[in-house]
Amino acid sequence: MTDAPTLTRPPSGQFIAMTLFAAIMLDILPWQGTWLLLRPDFVLLLLLYWAIHQPLRIGMATAWGLGLVMDVADGALLGQYALAYTFAIYLALTLHRRIQAFGLWPQAWHIFPLLLVSQILALLTHLLSGATFIGWGYFLASITGALFWPPLSLLVQLALKHRYLPDVAYTTSRGSEK
Amino acid sequence: MDHQPFFKRGPSPKTRLAFFGLLAIALMVTDARFNQLDLLRQGVGLALHPLQQIANSPLTLSRRAGEFFVTQSQLADEITRLRQQQLGNAIQLQLNQSLQAENAHLRRLLSTRKSLTSQSTTAEVMSAGRSPFSRKIIVDKGSSSGIQAGQAAIDDRGLVGQVTRLQLLSSEITLITDKGQAVPVEVVRNGVRAIAFGHGRNNTLELAFMPVNMDIQNGDQLITSGIDGTYPRGVPVAIVSQIERNAGDPFARITCTPSSGLDRYRSLLIISVSESPPAALPPVKKHAKEAQ
Repeated sequence: MTDAPTLTRPPSGQFIAMTLFAAIMLDILPWQGTWLLLRPDFVLLLLLYWAIHQPLRIGMATAWGLGLVMDVADGALLGQYALAYTFAIYLALTLHRRIQAFGLWPQAWHIFPLLLVSQILALLTHLLSGATFIGWGYFLASITGALFWPPLSLLVQLALKHRYLPDVAYTTSRGSEK
Repeated sequence: MDHQPFFKRGPSPKTRLAFFGLLAIALMVTDARFNQLDLLRQGVGLALHPLQQIANSPLTLSRRAGEFFVTQSQLADEITRLRQQQLGNAIQLQLNQSLQAENAHLRRLLSTRKSLTSQSTTAEVMSAGRSPFSRKIIVDKGSSSGIQAGQAAIDDRGLVGQVTRLQLLSSEITLITDKGQAVPVEVVRNGVRAIAFGHGRNNTLELAFMPVNMDIQNGDQLITSGIDGTYPRGVPVAIVSQIERNAGDPFARITCTPSSGLDRYRSLLIISVSESPPAALPPVKKHAKEAQ
């Protein structure tokens, strides 16, 4: 299970962009009510995944940009998610070697505080801009996010394998191996 | 961890964090204090618009499929129900027409200006807002359909909210239950004027600054008073659901439940009050009162 990453080739930028795009789509589905509270932040999860596995390619700049997109999608104050995402990705970048050494479920335990920190940052900006606290249910999204981490990682690894192992011609013609 | 980087990788993570963090904070302050970032928001919003439509399409499709598989008996039932309703409405309408004619006549006599007429656009709800904090929805009509910021949105049962942010193909509507959203209302029973504030937390409104001895009862219906020039007069807003009168408090705590289906509707009407001269309104009101 955990040795899957060693078999895969480095993902193309196109593939990373595709997964992030899919995450945006998942996030802007019309979630409502309790589902909205339970919905993990897929964009942040995918950003964390790539920051941990490809720290040289996905960093704070991408996180900041996507945060801005989510700000607009959310109708939030511009920069709110940008700040929350940037900080979470900073933590992920400093911890990525440590996190990579663990299996998927222990990794989820590392992801949980990162998600929590970004949620707390978003909450603080909300409160500063005059919103009222909506109750502790707000933090449920971090728990579901951490629970989603193992299946999501497996899914991405599976997609990577499927994409890169069978057709060697494709990867060599692109010259993506270093 | 890496004090002496072996490979050069540009600025250190801490520098980057400081840079992007400060950029985000600067952006937030600019957005909150000065409304200078509409262009940026519009650009990103325009790029996001097709994605939102695609994200909504499963729901739309399933709804359409559901509509397709409605049984004939259900349809027949609905038709009879609607016929009866139409009959009832027709009577009301005739009454309304005669009243309008009479009203216009009286107003002509008083040589006051025409009563505020409104024009409307139908819009579909695209997304219900991603954040559990804000009571906002995005609808699929924007400035290209002639919608303007500040217009009121209603559904078949009452007031929904107000257009607060405008984009080319979509616009954002702040619901009346959003925190700080205020609606001037009056009580149908006795004409007492008040201001209903959104709560931001659960789907309730609160009447602010009402003295303890004010004549308000449970079940009183509140409609827009129209004196702000933003909302047309007479749209149902809420029904008083709970009143707390504390001897220690100068004001009563009055909680109301909105009349409109704030979480349920799919399509709503965006209406504008064509004339809104707040300065010229008070004399008009006075004349109108005397006419009644």
